[in-house]
Amino acid sequence: MLGKGVVGGGGGTKAPKPSFVSYVRPEEIHTNEKEVTEKEVTLHLLPGEQLLCEASTVLKYVQEDSCQHGVYGRLVCTDFKIAFLGDDESALDNDETQFKNKVIGENDITLHCVDQIYGVFDEKKKTLFGQLKKYPEKLIIHCKDLRVFHFCLRYTKEEEVKRIVSGIIHHTQAPKLLKRLFLFSYATATQNNTAADPKNHTVMFDTLKDWCWELERTKGNMKYKAVSVNEGYKVCERLPAYFVVPTPLAEEDVQRFQGHGIPIWCWSCHNGSALLKMSALPKEQDDGILQIQKSFLDGIYKTIHRPPYEIVKTEDLSGNFLSLQEIQTAYSKFKQLFLIDNSTEFWDTDIKWFSLLESSSWLDIIRRCLKKAIEITECMEAQNMNILLLEENASDLCCLISSLVQVMMDPHCRTRIGFQSLVQKEWVMGGHCFLDRCNHLRQSDKEEVPVFQLFLDCVWQLVHQHPPAFEFTETYLTVLSDSLYIPIFSTFFFNSPHQKDTNVHQRQLSLPLTQSKSSPKRGFFREETDHLIKNLLGKRISKLINSSDELQDNFREFYDSWHSKPTDYHGLLLPHIEGPEIRVWAQRYLRWIPEAQILGGGTVATMSKLLEMMEEVQSLQEKIDERHHSQEDPQAEPPCLLRNSARLSSLFPFALLQRHSSKPILPTSGWKALGDEEDLAKREDEFVDLGDV
Amino acid sequence: MASSSTSKYNSHSLENESIKRTSRDGVTRDLSEAIPRLPGETLITDKEVIYICPFNGPIKGRVYITNYRLYLRSLEMDMRNLRFALKQEGHSRRDMFEILTRYAFPLAHSLPLFAFLNEEKFNVDGWTVYNPVEEYRRQGLPNHHWRITFINKCYELCDTYPALLVVPYRASDDDLRRVATFRSRNRIPVLSWIHPENKTVIVRCSQPLVGMSGKRNKDDEKYLDIIRETNRQISKLTIYDARPSVNAVANKATGGGYESDDVYHNAELFFLDIHNIHVMRESLKKVKDIVYPNVEESHWLSSLESTHWLEHIKLVLTGAIQVADKVSSGKSSVLVHCSDGWDRTAQLTSLAMLMLDSFYRSIEGFEILVQKEWISFGHKFSSRIGHGDKNHTDADRSPIFLQFIDCVWQMSKQFPTAFEFNERFLIIILDHLYSCRFGTFLFNCESARERQQVTERTVSLWSLINSNKEKFKNPFYTKEINRVLYPVASMRHLELWVNYYIRWNPRIKQQQPNPVEQRYMELLALRDEYIKRLEELQLANSTKLSEPPTSPSSPSQMMPHVQTHF
Repeated sequence: MLGKGVVGGGGGTKAPKPSFVSYVRPEEIHTNEKEVTEKEVTLHLLPGEQLLCEASTVLKYVQEDSCQHGVYGRLVCTDFKIAFLGDDESALDNDETQFKNKVIGENDITLHCVDQIYGVFDEKKKTLFGQLKKYPEKLIIHCKDLRVFHFCLRYTKEEEVKRIVSGIIHHTQAPKLLKRLFLFSYATATQNNTAADPKNHTVMFDTLKDWCWELERTKGNMKYKAVSVNEGYKVCERLPAYFVVPTPLAEEDVQRFQGHGIPIWCWSCHNGSALLKMSALPKEQDDGILQIQKSFLDGIYKTIHRPPYEIVKTEDLSGNFLSLQEIQTAYSKFKQLFLIDNSTEFWDTDIKWFSLLESSSWLDIIRRCLKKAIEITECMEAQNMNILLLEENASDLCCLISSLVQVMMDPHCRTRIGFQSLVQKEWVMGGHCFLDRCNHLRQSDKEEVPVFQLFLDCVWQLVHQHPPAFEFTETYLTVLSDSLYIPIFSTFFFNSPHQKDTNVHQRQLSLPLTQSKSSPKRGFFREETDHLIKNLLGKRISKLINSSDELQDNFREFYDSWHSKPTDYHGLLLPHIEGPEIRVWAQRYLRWIPEAQILGGGTVATMSKLLEMMEEVQSLQEKIDERHHSQEDPQAEPPCLLRNSARLSSLFPFALLQRHSSKPILPTSGWKALGDEEDLAKREDEFVDLGDV
Repeated sequence: MASSSTSKYNSHSLENESIKRTSRDGVTRDLSEAIPRLPGETLITDKEVIYICPFNGPIKGRVYITNYRLYLRSLEMDMRNLRFALKQEGHSRRDMFEILTRYAFPLAHSLPLFAFLNEEKFNVDGWTVYNPVEEYRRQGLPNHHWRITFINKCYELCDTYPALLVVPYRASDDDLRRVATFRSRNRIPVLSWIHPENKTVIVRCSQPLVGMSGKRNKDDEKYLDIIRETNRQISKLTIYDARPSVNAVANKATGGGYESDDVYHNAELFFLDIHNIHVMRESLKKVKDIVYPNVEESHWLSSLESTHWLEHIKLVLTGAIQVADKVSSGKSSVLVHCSDGWDRTAQLTSLAMLMLDSFYRSIEGFEILVQKEWISFGHKFSSRIGHGDKNHTDADRSPIFLQFIDCVWQMSKQFPTAFEFNERFLIIILDHLYSCRFGTFLFNCESARERQQVTERTVSLWSLINSNKEKFKNPFYTKEINRVLYPVASMRHLELWVNYYIRWNPRIKQQQPNPVEQRYMELLALRDEYIKRLEELQLANSTKLSEPPTSPSSPSQMMPHVQTHF
C-alpha cells in the first residue's frame, strides 16, 4: 500500500473538494517505491489471447474510506482485455479467492466492456479518441458494466505512455471487422467438446425438432406448424433457418416478401391463444406495389382471423409505444449516475438522487414495458385473444415484449434452462442485432441501444418482487448482463443466426453457466458461487398455469384482481408497477461504488444465512442416514462455504476488495436549502420564554 | 391485531381521512353479533353507514363507536384490511359526530384516556422491563469516574428528567445545581452511554443559555471539562449540536445558543443540520399527500424527493453515525444537544447507541432504549402526538418518534441479520404510539407519569409484545456482541417505508412474511426436526435397541426425498 492522501470525511466540517485529478502527491509515492518494484504479477492469458502492448510503473487509484491510495503495477493490453497487474493481489485471503471470477479478474476490462476513455490533462478531463497529439497524465476508463478505473501515468516512461494509450484507444474504439473478434481466436485455440445432457439443456432452436418440441410443450401444435422453408437461409438472412407459422399459411407467402408481413409464432397460452410477431413490409412509394402489398396482407389477415384462430389484436410496437432512441437516451443518462469518479461526486449527486433518477426516465421506461406486457397478458389470458406484435424488423421491442410476456405467463421460462431457452428463441433466433446493439465492432454509436439490458432489468423487477417464482436469482441476471461484453461466449456476438452460421464453423460456447461440471475452466464463477446464482427459494416449477376465474376486459381490473389474490408462483405472474415498486437494480448498478457498500449487510446477509441453514440441514440429514445404515459415528462436517457471512459486504460476490475497514462512510455534503419551508426552518421548536431561568 | 378497526387517537397517523357517512334505510340485516372488544371497552353507539372507501368505492356497513375505537363491520365479503379515522367534518348525523368527538378527544371533554379504562391482562409485566439501575449496571456504572445521583429524586433539579441520573464522579450535587441554571429547562449534561472498552461516553443535555450578550458560566465550562477528563482523553470534547448553525445562532435571541470555541477551549463544536419539529411535520404531511389516497405514479421519484422526508432521515442517520464513530474510535467523548434536548437529541443518542451496542438490537434491549432515551428523558409524547386532544393543528405536534422508528427500520433493512425484532415489532410500536390503549407513551415526562400513577393504572405496551415475543422475532437474527453497525446514509439505499406508510393501499400489498423469510423458517423447522430425530437415534443406539426407531409423528413436508429414509 502506498501513501494516502486524505480527502472527505471530517465530522460535519466542509471537506476539501477533491477533483478527479490526483490525491497522491509525488513525494508520498516515491517513499515506497522500492517495495513495489520487487513484486511482479504474471499475466494470465486465455488460449489464443495475445499481448499487444504494455506499460510499467502505472499507478492505479484505489478508493478506501473516502481516501484514495495508489497501487503500482503494469498496465497491459491484449487482444481480449486491458489488465492491470498490481502487487496487492497476493494479499487476498482464502474467502475472497474462492469467489473470484474466473474469466475476468478484478483488474481486467475486456475490450468490449470499455465504454468511454478519458484523459486528464492539467487537471482537465477530456474524452480520448483517435490520434492523440498530447498524452494524458491520467487515464480514466468507464466500463459498460459500470466500473471506473483511474490510472496515473505520471511515473511511466514517455514512450510507454504513448504505446499503451494509443494501443488502448485503438483496440477499444477503432471499427473492427467481425472476423477479428477474439471469439474466433479463442475458439480456434480451445477444444470444444460440447458435453450436453439433452434433457437438462438449453434449447437452441436451431433445428426443426427444437421448434416442434416447443410447439408440443405449449400445445400450440394444433394450429401452428414448424417450417423449414428458410433452410440454408434461402428466403432471407434475417430469419432463422426454422420457425413456426399458422398451419394454413402457404410457403410461397413466406417467400413473397422475404419473410416480411408473415405472422411468426412466438408462444401459445394454455387457453390456445397465441403470441405472434410480424415484421413490417418494406415501405413503398409506388401505388401499384402498395396495392399488391395491401392485398397480400389482407390475405394473411384473412387466414389468421378465421376460426380456429382467436380474435387477433395487433400491437404496433414501432408506432407510439417506445422508440429505440428513447431507450438509448434514457440509458446513457441513467448510467452516468453510476459512473462515479470519486467520493465527492457521489455525495454531491446523492441529495438530488431521486430527481436525477427520474429525469433519466429509465425506470419509467421499465414501467412502460412491464405495463405493455401486462396489457398483452390480459388480452391473452382473460380475453382469449391472439396478439400480433408488429415492428419494423421484429427484432428489438418484439423480442423484449414477447419474452417478457412469456416470463410472466409461462412458469417454464422462470427456470434457468427455460429462461436460457427463451433468450435463445426470442433474442438469438429472433434476430436481435446484438453486434450492432452492443456496438461490439465500434462501427456505429447510433445503433447502440441497450434493448437486452432493458429486458434483463424488467425481469429483475419481477425477480425482485417475486423471488420464489424464479429458479435463478438477481446474481444470475447480473452475470448474464456482464457476459454481453465477454467475447468468449458467442451468444451475444452476432446480428442473426445467419451471420453466426456463416462465420462459425465449429460449435461455439453458448451462454455462460450452462456448462457441465466436467469442464470447470469454462464456468464463470467457481461452483461455490452457484448457490448465489441458483435460487434457493425456487421449488420445482412444473405445474401449468391455473386457469383463473372470470376476468374483466380491463387492464386495471385484471391487474388489481391478480394482486388481491395470493400469488401462485407456478402460475401467472404479474409485476407491481406503482411508483415505489419499480426500483434500481442495485446489484448490477451500484456494485462497484465503495460508498454504496453496506459492510456486513444487504440481501447477501440473509441469503448466506439461508445457505448456512441449508448446509446444516443437509449435514444433519447425512448424519441421520449414516446412523441408520452403519450405526457409526458421523464423519467430519463438510466445510462451510461462506464463513463469517456477517462480514460479507452487500456487494458480494462482486467487488470483494473494495473496502476492508469498518469505518463508517460519511456523507461529505448533506444540507440542501429547503425552499418553501425556509420560514418553518427558522422557527423555534417551541416558543419559550427563557427569561426566568 | 384487530383488522378493520382503528383507535380514535391517531391524529398523526397517515390513515387519517374523513369519511362521508350517509344513512341508508334499505338495509335491515341483523348485526347483533358482537364486535371484537377489549376488556374495559364499552360500546357507545352504532349506526348503519356507507363508507366511501378511497380504494374500493362505497361499502355498506355498520359503524360502531366504543370508548376505544371506531369500528366498521362490512356487509360485503371482499372487505380488505381497511382502517379509517375521522376528522371533525361529519355533517349529516349530529349525534354520531358529537359522540365521536367526545370519545376521540376525551381530554377536551374531561373524559379519561382509554388506557386508564383498559382491563387487559398479560402474563408479563412490561413496566418491569426498564430498571435504570440495572441498565446502568449493565454498562458498568457506577465506576471510578461516573456516579449515580438521586439529586433529581423529586424532580427538583429538572422536572423533565428522570429521577436517576449518571454524572461525573468529580462533580458535586452543588455543581450540578449551578450547571442547571445555565442549561435550558435545567437539562444538564448527563451520561447516556459509556463505551465498555475505551470509556468514552455519550452525554446528552439541552442548549446553554448563552443569549444575545454571550453569557458565560464557569461551572458549565468546568463541568464539560470534567466530562472530557473522565476517560483521560487529551483531545477536545466533541459537541454535536443537532441544529443547523443558523438556528443555533437564532436561538441566542431567545436566550439560548451554543458553546463557542473561545469560551469552551477544550471543546469542539459541530452542527448536524437537522431541522426542527415544524419542518419534520410538514415533510410528513407531504409524504401523506403523495401516497394517499392514490400513490403518485408518473412522477413518484421527484414527488418523493420534494417531501424531503428521506433527506431528513439521511441527516439524522448521518448525525448518529458521526456520534457513534467518535465514540467507537475512542477519539473523544461526545456531548449531544439541540434546543431542549428532547427531540433531535433523543434521536441522535438512541440511534448512536443502537449502532454501538448490540444489546439494544434485541427486543428487550430496544424496549429499554426507548424507555430510557425517549420516555424517561422527557420526549414530549403527549404534546408531539396530541393524545386525546382535539387541537390537531397544534404546532407542538411532530412525528419525531416516528422518524426515529423509520431510521431504525432503514437500519434493519440494511442489516437484515442484526436485529432480533422484525418489521411488525416496529409497526406495532407505532400503532400504539397513537392508540392510547397502553400507558407507555402517555404524558410528557416521568414526573407527570408518576403523578398520574401510570404504571399502576395502565398496561404497558411491552406487556403485549413480550407475551407474544415469537411474533416479533426476526428469524435471521445473528447475535454479534461488540459489532458496530454503520448504515450507509445515502439516498441510494434509503427508501420509503412502504409497509408502514402505504400499508392500507390494497395495490401496494407486500408479501407477508417475505418469501426468503418463509423459506428460512421452513428450513429452521426442518433442522429442529432432524436434531430431534438424531437425538432419538442416539438414544436408541445407547440403549442398544436393534430395531429401527418408530417414525416421528410429523414427517417433513418440505423435503419429500428425506422421508424415503424412514
